[in-house]
Amino acid sequence: MDFILQPWAWYVGGPLIAISLLLYFYFGRNFGASTNFDTLCTMAGAGKVSDYFKKDWKDRDFALMFVVGLIIGGVISAKYLIPNQTIDLNPKTVQELTELGFSNVGSQYFPDEIFGVESFLSIKGFLILLVSGIFVGFGTRYAGGCTSGHAITGLSNLELPSLLAVIGFFIGGMIATWFIIPILF
Amino acid sequence: MKNIKFLLLGIFFAIVLSKSEAISWYRFYEMFKFQSFHMFGIIGGAVVISMFFMQLFKKGIIKDIKGNKIIPQPKEKGFIRTILGGTFFGLGWGISGACAAPIFVILGFKLIPALILLFGALLGAFIYGILSKKLPN
Repeated sequence: MDFILQPWAWYVGGPLIAISLLLYFYFGRNFGASTNFDTLCTMAGAGKVSDYFKKDWKDRDFALMFVVGLIIGGVISAKYLIPNQTIDLNPKTVQELTELGFSNVGSQYFPDEIFGVESFLSIKGFLILLVSGIFVGFGTRYAGGCTSGHAITGLSNLELPSLLAVIGFFIGGMIATWFIIPILF
Repeated sequence: MKNIKFLLLGIFFAIVLSKSEAISWYRFYEMFKFQSFHMFGIIGGAVVISMFFMQLFKKGIIKDIKGNKIIPQPKEKGFIRTILGGTFFGLGWGISGACAAPIFVILGFKLIPALILLFGALLGAFIYGILSKKLPN
């Protein structure tokens, strides 16, 4: 029980992600998460606006079940498995973020400056979440995959497009953390 | 109920991502700042072990549940779309710390912010769907 309640090291998390991929393929499907964004758009009726969404979402019911599982797993983790969300961050990270005005850096998984009630109820905070969500949704469909589909599945299958996509992920992520976050906060 | 295995796998995957801190905003900030090995270890470790599984799929040593050979779908090619799309994705990922699967997991932690992120992501996918034929590949 003690092990369950402790944070898991990278050498536990990495292999267990690989096992998730193994099981996904063993169950007869390709591992990935972002196609669900398309599926949910289709279910919401986006096919009326664009042929791109005219797909049979019932083919993807397995993936929707996976999504429901992700949500349930998130609730279980948040409520029962992570009594303490403290993260052992690099002191340099803590100092940098504190200087940017972040409070209690690393005392929980998600900073209040982005995920706190006061933040998302402000126009600025709402737009930060909404626009970054749009970037994630647009980018992952344009690139043809996300971290699961490209970075894990594609790279391990030695796919050149996935290498390019992951390079893109890092270009964007570095622009965001090195330049945009300091402007926003 | 043939899909219940995917439900259970989703629960398992969400717990793995949560317990290994791979849904935490701070871990991605650290990764993009090269201030911690943690996320590189998780993603790198997952990729190296998955490479080994891919070999077992290709050699037919691991077959799927129905006994068929496992053939991962090739990714769509295109230099511009993958680099540029990847960069857009990275911008959102770097700011919000949430990629595709974690957005759903975060619903369990921070419901309203995660709903805003999810709504944004669906809007983003919708915008892509409308523009898809006009965008360079």
